[in-house]
Amino acid sequence: MLVMWCTRTALGRLQRIAPCTVTGFNRAMSTLPKVYVTRKVPPDGLDILRKSGQVQFEMWDSDDPVPRVELLKKVKGCEGILCVLTEKIDAQLLNAAGPNLKVVSTMSVGFDHLSLDELKKRGIRVGYTPDVLTDSVAELTVALLLATSRRLIEATHEAKTGGWGTWRTLWLCGHELANSTVGILGLGRIGVAIAERLKSFKVKKFIYTDVAPRPELANMIEAEYVSLDELAKQSDFLAICCALTPETYGICNWNLFSKMKKNAIFINTSRGGVVNQEDLYEALSTGLIAGAGLDVTTPEPLPTHHPLFTLKNCVILPHIASASYTTRNSMSALAADNLLAGLRGETMPKELKL
Amino acid sequence: MYRMSTQQTLKVFVTRRIPQEGMQILQKAGICNLSVWDSDEPVPRAELLQGVAGAHGLLCLLSDKIDAEVLDAAGPNLKVISTLSVGFDHLAIDEIKKRGIRVGYTPDVLTDATAELTVALLLATCRRLPEGVEEVKNGGWSTWKPLWLCGYGLSGSTVGVIGLGRIGLAIARRLKPFGVKRLLYTGRHPKPQAQEIDGEYVLLDTLVRESDFVVVSCSLTPDTQGLCDKTFFSKMKKTAIFINTSRGAVVNQEDLFGALSSGQIAAAGLDVTTPEPLPTDHPLLTLKNCVVLPHIGSATYSTRGVMSELTANNLLAGLTGSEMPTELKL
Repeated sequence: MLVMWCTRTALGRLQRIAPCTVTGFNRAMSTLPKVYVTRKVPPDGLDILRKSGQVQFEMWDSDDPVPRVELLKKVKGCEGILCVLTEKIDAQLLNAAGPNLKVVSTMSVGFDHLSLDELKKRGIRVGYTPDVLTDSVAELTVALLLATSRRLIEATHEAKTGGWGTWRTLWLCGHELANSTVGILGLGRIGVAIAERLKSFKVKKFIYTDVAPRPELANMIEAEYVSLDELAKQSDFLAICCALTPETYGICNWNLFSKMKKNAIFINTSRGGVVNQEDLYEALSTGLIAGAGLDVTTPEPLPTHHPLFTLKNCVILPHIASASYTTRNSMSALAADNLLAGLRGETMPKELKL
Repeated sequence: MYRMSTQQTLKVFVTRRIPQEGMQILQKAGICNLSVWDSDEPVPRAELLQGVAGAHGLLCLLSDKIDAEVLDAAGPNLKVISTLSVGFDHLAIDEIKKRGIRVGYTPDVLTDATAELTVALLLATCRRLPEGVEEVKNGGWSTWKPLWLCGYGLSGSTVGVIGLGRIGLAIARRLKPFGVKRLLYTGRHPKPQAQEIDGEYVLLDTLVRESDFVVVSCSLTPDTQGLCDKTFFSKMKKTAIFINTSRGAVVNQEDLFGALSSGQIAAAGLDVTTPEPLPTDHPLLTLKNCVVLPHIGSATYSTRGVMSELTANNLLAGLTGSEMPTELKL
């Protein structure tokens, strides 16, 4: 999976490489549409672009984000951009790209980094990667929930630092899923997939809230539609699965936390912006809720001196919900397919409706 | 419950502060004169020998060695020993049987908590949670990266459970919905309950070679002691994850270290070790791809509460000559 594709080293000898960029095609093909790939994406996507014979592409050949100045330079004259969620695709960038730009394909299911109004205005089509990452994200959400409720991080720490003494009756006790009520804020594909995985842990009841009831999805997991208030009051485990929109921004705040149970576990793998982190800190440090697990924060990365790190009952992961080898390759392949279809003026496998 | 006609209450010694669900049952029964070592730490030996003198009942934990010395110190009143555990290797069974003392213990009530912890450990191991947490704390998290901290998911995988008992089955039930393609199991013979989870009965060798996740859930017997050794690990896939929440002695820890450090297998998660606690300088604790938990399989408030209730009820039944909810057959 981590083997470098061979053309890179071959090309490296053929041309003087500017820091971290690689041209995927030789100059004879320079009439092909230009594409810029903003990060070293997993091999499956790059193979698809290369083998298509349809585009010439440049790539920011690094694991780290492309600097803004470089990005604005490189998108000039491009017909397609393949990006990840760290690139803000806004008016400034779209202007820098110019009128040739037809397709923006993001290797993510979230699209809060895209200025949809600006894209729509310019008639640019957008591809994204729903579904292929649902399993991975649901799996990581459950992993994070269990790590939080069963205090795995505290436990591994005790095992390493000598806190592990003799067997004690209430040492490192956690909260069980059996006979609990699990609440989901935002019932989409990922919310359903999470519930499907939790059911076999003998969860007693699933409840959810959303802008409106979602009967088709809710029936798959026998979940009851409730108000946000009821969700807070009844949940032993609360999973945040909504998209980040103006309506959901900061929705997990003191108003929510103060209504939750003392033994409740709060899990967020959606977007950091959905949570008011100061309020979460207060809730955790005063014992208003039992624990929290976050895979997303504001900002990302979260600065290492952030107060949330001082709390034993807060588990923070570096946004790895879709981080499985197969999933990231699938996302890469889908993003490439979306891009190529868009450039051909055809139906994309997964197009974001603007 | 009845009071003895002589109005003499029965003396009970409790060797630790136990969850209050159990204590309340003992107090409400009204037949016990309770003497409790009211601490989270084990009762010192001298205090134990003193505390049991003349006791009719003894409620203990797995950290208390109940041997001839303790039984002699207790004297002829002792009718029942009730342990807050499913294991009983801390009880000198022969000595206890000789004296006609009954024993209560706590099987079954911890199946859900233990299966849940096993899945938690498996997920933490294959999705690299402790590494992720560490990177976040030490500044290793710079930004979202396409292949950073990637792990191996359960989707489309083959899971192999060694020992499909109550806990093994409970683990398999919880793993299936993650998109597991094949569920293999092995043991002395096939189990009809495996049908519920579409489990395939295979030879150990097949399970080890074909599984992406190997989960050890068997009891410790002479046959399973040291089962997971060099040969075992050499047959596993390079990308496979090894999980043990059964007993430490089923695993040869030197061989496991060798397999993990050489990349022969991808990662391992252990809730049980040899010894317990594992010394903090043990090589396994230095490996990024080895997650070690301090034997917390049954550690949930509700399960420990239920264990506590069961232990108290076993004790009271022993004191009154009634049928115990869960008596250990000696």
